[in-house]
Order: sequence, then structure tokens, then C-alpha cells
Amino acid sequence: MSSDAMALPSVGSAGRPWVETLHEWVTTVDHKRLGILYIVYALIFLVVGGIEATLMRIQLMFPHYSFVSPQVFNRLFTMHGTTMIFFVAMPILFGFANYLVPLMIGTRDMAFPRLNAFSFWLTALGGFLLYFSFVGGSGLYGAGNAPDVGWWAYAPLTSRAFSPGHSSDYWTIAVLVSGFGSIGTAINIIATIFSMRCPGMKLSRMPLLVWLNLVMTCMVLIVITPLSAAQIMLLVDRYLGGHFFDTQAGGSAAIWMHFFWIFGHPEVYILIIPCFAFMSEIIPVFSRKPIFGYPVMVGATVCIGFVSMSVWAHHMFTIGMSSYSNAFFTLTSMVVGVPTGIKIFNWLGTMWGGKLIFKTAMLFCIAFLFQFLISGLTGIMLAVSPFDWQLSGSYFVVAHFHYVIVGGILFAIFGAFYYWYPKITGKMLNESLGKLHFWLFVIGFHLTFDLMHIPGILGMPRRIYTYEPGRGWDTLNFLVTIGAFIQGIATLVFVANLVFSYFRGPKAGNDPWDAWTLEWSVSSPPPDYNFASIPTVASRRPLWDRKHPEDPDSRYE
Amino acid sequence: MSAITTPIAQTPEVWSLPYRGRVGMACLIIAESAIFTIFVVAYLFYTGKSLSGPTPREVLETPIFYTICLLSSSLTIHLASRFLERGNRGAFLGLWFLTIVLGGLFLFGTGQEWHQLIYEHGLTISTNLFGTTYYSLVGLHATHVTVGLLMLGIVLLFGLAGRVGPEQSARVGVLSMYWHFVDAVWVVVFTVVYVLGR
Repeated sequence: MSSDAMALPSVGSAGRPWVETLHEWVTTVDHKRLGILYIVYALIFLVVGGIEATLMRIQLMFPHYSFVSPQVFNRLFTMHGTTMIFFVAMPILFGFANYLVPLMIGTRDMAFPRLNAFSFWLTALGGFLLYFSFVGGSGLYGAGNAPDVGWWAYAPLTSRAFSPGHSSDYWTIAVLVSGFGSIGTAINIIATIFSMRCPGMKLSRMPLLVWLNLVMTCMVLIVITPLSAAQIMLLVDRYLGGHFFDTQAGGSAAIWMHFFWIFGHPEVYILIIPCFAFMSEIIPVFSRKPIFGYPVMVGATVCIGFVSMSVWAHHMFTIGMSSYSNAFFTLTSMVVGVPTGIKIFNWLGTMWGGKLIFKTAMLFCIAFLFQFLISGLTGIMLAVSPFDWQLSGSYFVVAHFHYVIVGGILFAIFGAFYYWYPKITGKMLNESLGKLHFWLFVIGFHLTFDLMHIPGILGMPRRIYTYEPGRGWDTLNFLVTIGAFIQGIATLVFVANLVFSYFRGPKAGNDPWDAWTLEWSVSSPPPDYNFASIPTVASRRPLWDRKHPEDPDSRYE
Repeated sequence: MSAITTPIAQTPEVWSLPYRGRVGMACLIIAESAIFTIFVVAYLFYTGKSLSGPTPREVLETPIFYTICLLSSSLTIHLASRFLERGNRGAFLGLWFLTIVLGGLFLFGTGQEWHQLIYEHGLTISTNLFGTTYYSLVGLHATHVTVGLLMLGIVLLFGLAGRVGPEQSARVGVLSMYWHFVDAVWVVVFTVVYVLGR
């Protein structure tokens, strides 16, 4: 690999006024640019959400510590949760889908390019509104007040009586608006996949990333919309004096929980399925083997899509449902582990007997496999309703879902960055910095989230702003915070790597990983029109066929 | 073992994929159905749970005539797009206009019903749970009718300007899908509000 560091100026900025470049980016309808916008936007919010997490961890470092006030702590965990789910995880995964799906199915753009731009700017507006609440929460007279009702905003906390001012309104409208953005993008991705595939790209030949994103976007259609409906109801309650969640007038607080978690639990699968998609592309390439069990993988994903929509009330075991409901949701929550387990075996089967190449992207994928398995196991524990009665609302739950979201989703996203950064920018990421990032992050992650289970079991409730000394939580909380700092440093290394490699990294060439899907057949970064001539596909690995005309896959399919 | 292989063995002769507009609209309809489902569930869940009057039995009258208007507009829009496909612009415009009139009548009916409820029975969105769920469910549907009418109106204007021909029939078909959906939702809302909810 050549290491001549060519300081190539960024595309389009050479000798042109920056206003013009900015104008181009703001008015773009190109799926690649919008993908990058999504990703950059999400990375900014990742830093913001990360800072919020760090502030909370500093507050919990010592018992009776007063780094932030209880009120600020409430705002921090609300903003942290909302930001990370709606303005980091969703947009970053949509960004990758936006960028990769048209390239992988051999088309020049999405089905509706302008809808694509519109959806991105809706999402961007949502994030802006959420953070504008710091200024406008109390009605613009200077008393900043962000939402403090928790990211699931249970009724009646959100009623006018308990949440005066506009902070909850900013939360509601931010989530509503970004939800509309998500629905727009989902419609777009589905239409692209169904109507824009290049000749020969049958459904059975689509790369798994495309398949899994198809399942994910179908879920978005049915799952984000209940949240939008619930937010509309909340707005009716707050602005028009409605009684949907007003228990004084016969309304029900529990129905908000149902509506929220009908969205909330499948949402986790909406986030993890694109990560499964990354795994299914990266692991085969670095194992030098085609994916093991393609049809089973597709089937298992569709199965997860269906089953995950009937598990939501396992978030609500403690509200006192009937024993039949408890039994039903315990069973479905356990059943959803089965197709997920199948996938893990598929990836292991892919690696088994392969020529493993331990690039940074692959390291993140391997860590994902272990960590996602463990988070799945604690998930199975929490699915058992009597166990959940004991530990619901404790730090055990916090540890469990952060294990999924950080140990699973974030690790997969990091892997995707190391794998596709060369395609997106045309430069290789630095491997040494990458390995440093990986090991620091693994250490920090396990220090934080392995240990966090223990105070949970010892009875530490979530969302408390401080605690009494001498309950056996002190040392653990201290170490958890140290781990959070290590993760922060690792993230800084990552950001430094992104910036440094963009300017000084070696050129990537079309296909640095010797991969098999269509995005690697074009230059890095791809031209505006993606493909000079629309390719024709005869197997699941079109690029393999092109590189090995003597032994094409199409012969065996 | 053949010495010469062609990597791309069989290029499919015909490669036809569904029209993206139809796929997109189908997706939108699925998403909208989920929104309506939640409002319908809320309506049914809160049926009979209002702590004060008025109750649906006391104040609701079944809007048979306006329902017939809306449902028959599905037929007229279907025929209109058929005529457009065949190139009969005059019949298309006439039926399209009739669709708008029928939709407008329905909206007028909803408005009249609301006016009666508000001024004669004193039922507003904040009166009781029935008011809250009724106005939001029927209002959500009426919003969709309004949006539909606006879009139908735009097509009518283009049509009057002579810009809508058979080559646009696929796009007009997409709009017609949406209108059918609005009608189908009314069947559900009607059943829930005027039959089950009373």
C-alpha cells in the first residue's frame, strides 16, 4: 500500500468560494452527500450526547457529590437518551443506508431524491428544536430549561401541571418531526430497493445489507408511526385540553406506556438490524468466505421483524398486568432470542475455516459478536417477569441496554466506519490509531458496563442523582466513571483518526479490501452518477464474478 | 470444465420492476394505517370511560348521506383514471371534478356535524374523553380528506390547463391510491365511531 501522503483538498473546494460549496451541500439531493450529512450530523450529536453522559458519570463518581444539581441531572439523562436514540443512532444508520443501498443495488440515486433531502432536513430540524429547548424551554425569558421527563416521558409527568413551560413541547415536537423524517427516508429506501435494482439483481441476489435495511425500513413504517400518533395525542392534551393521558378525567397513564413501548422496543431492533447488516458485509470479506446461510439470515431477520413487534410490554412488567399478559410477553421476548441466535451462528459459521484478517473493522465486528451475545443473555434474564420485578428500574437494566447500544450498535457502527471510510472519502483510516481506538474502547466499555450490572443487582435505582455512602456502590461507581473517561479518550482518538486520515491518509483505490459488492466497483469516492453504465448482475457477489471469470458464483446459484 | 466461461451468463431479457410511485404510496399507506390504528385503539379503549357527558349515544347521528358521497367518490376517481389511461381527457376531467365535489360534500358534512356538536351539545375536544378521542380520530381523517382534496385540486388545475394526458396516468394512479385509502379509513372510522362506539 502506497503511503505517499497527498494533501488532496476536499472535493469541490479547490479555488471556489466556500459559500458555493456550502450552497451545494445544503441544496444537494445526491444520496451520497445526504448520507454524509446524516453521518456528520449524527457524529456531532454523538459528541454532545457523550458529554451529557460524562457529566452524569462525574456526578455519580462519589456519594453525595454535588457536581450538578438534581434538576440538571434530570435534564441530562432526558437529553442524553433522546439525543442518542433519535439524533445519533437513527440518523447514522440512515446515513449509511442512504449512502450504501443505491450503490449496492447498482442504481444512480434513491427513488425520490428530493424526499430524501426533505427527510434529512426534517431530522436536522428535530435535533435543532430539541437543543433549542435550552434557550426556549421557559418561553425565551432567559431561564433555560431543557426537557426533564426522561426519554420515555411517562404520563402524567408530561401534563401541564407537572411540566409547565415549553420544555416538554420541544421534546414532543422534536421527536415528532424527526419521526416524520424517518418515515420519509424509510419510504424512500423501500421504494429504491423495490423499484431501482439493476438488471439481474433479484431479491435473492441482493447483498444482505440491502435485505436487512429493507426489513428495518419496513419496521420503521409500522413502529415509528405509533410514536408519532402518541406525540400528537400528547400535543392535543397539552395544547387543546384533551384527556388522553389525563387520569383526572378518566384517561390512562398506562396507555401512554403501551403506545410508547410499541414504538420503543421494536426501535431497538430498528437500530440493531442495520448493525447486523454491517456484520453480514464485513465478516465475510475479512474471513475471505461468502456469508454462511444467506437464506436463513434473511428469514431470521424477517422473523425478528415480526416477533419484535409483540414484545413491547416486557418494559412494563412492574405496572401490574394480568398473569396472562406477563406470560405472553415473557414468552415472546424469549422467542425473539432464537432468530437472533441463528444469526450469531451464521457469522461464526462464516468465520469458521476462513482466512481471518484482523483489520480494525474486523476487530470491532468480533467484539460485537461477544458483547452482543452477553447483552442478549442479560436480555433473556430480564424477559423473565419475576426477575424483572426485582431488577426493573435498576442499574442492571441500564447496564443491559447500554451493553446492546454501545457494545452492540456502537461497535458495529465503528466497524462500518473503518470498513466504508475509504469508499466515502477515498482515504484509508490509520490502522495503528484504529487499533488504539479499538483497545481503549474495549477496555473502557467493559470497565463501565460490566461493572454497572453489579450496583444494579445491589439495588441501585436508575436515574438517581446521588446515593448514600457505604452501600457497596461507591468503588463500583468510581470505576464505572473511570471507564467512561477511557471511552471518551478512545472516541477522541477515533475523531482524530477521521480528521487526520482525511488529510494525510494513503489513497484507498477502488477496492482496498478485495470485496465483492458493487460499491467497490466504482472509484472512491464514487462519482456523482455512481455508475457510468448500469451494471448487470448474475450472482450475490457480482464483483467476485468480475474478478474471477474462470469461477463465477453464478455457476453455483 | 469449460475453458471459456462468460461471467455474466444469462442477462435477463425483460427486467421490469414496480413503479416507484406506487411502492412509495403503498409504504405511506402502511405508515398512515399504523397512525390510524393507534387512534382507533385509543377510541375503543376509552369508549364509555368518560366521567361526564355528553355521551356518543346522546349526540351522534349517523352521517349516511355524506358517507355515501365519500365512498362513491372512490368509484368516480377510479373511472376517471381509467378514462385518462385511454386518453379520454374530457371524461377524466368531468369525473375528477365530480370526485372533488363528493369529497367536498363529505368535508362539509363533517363540518356541519362538528358545528352542531359544539354549538348545540356543547361538546368540544376538552369536554370529556369522548370529545378528545372523537375529535382527534375524525379530525385526523378529515385532515387526510383535506390534503387529498388539495392534491386533487392541483391535478384539476393542471388538467384544465391541458397538462394532464395519458402519459401522467401512472402518477394520477398514485394519487388515486391515496384517495382510496382515505375512503377505506372512513369505513373503519365509521364502524368504530358510529356503530361500535355507541
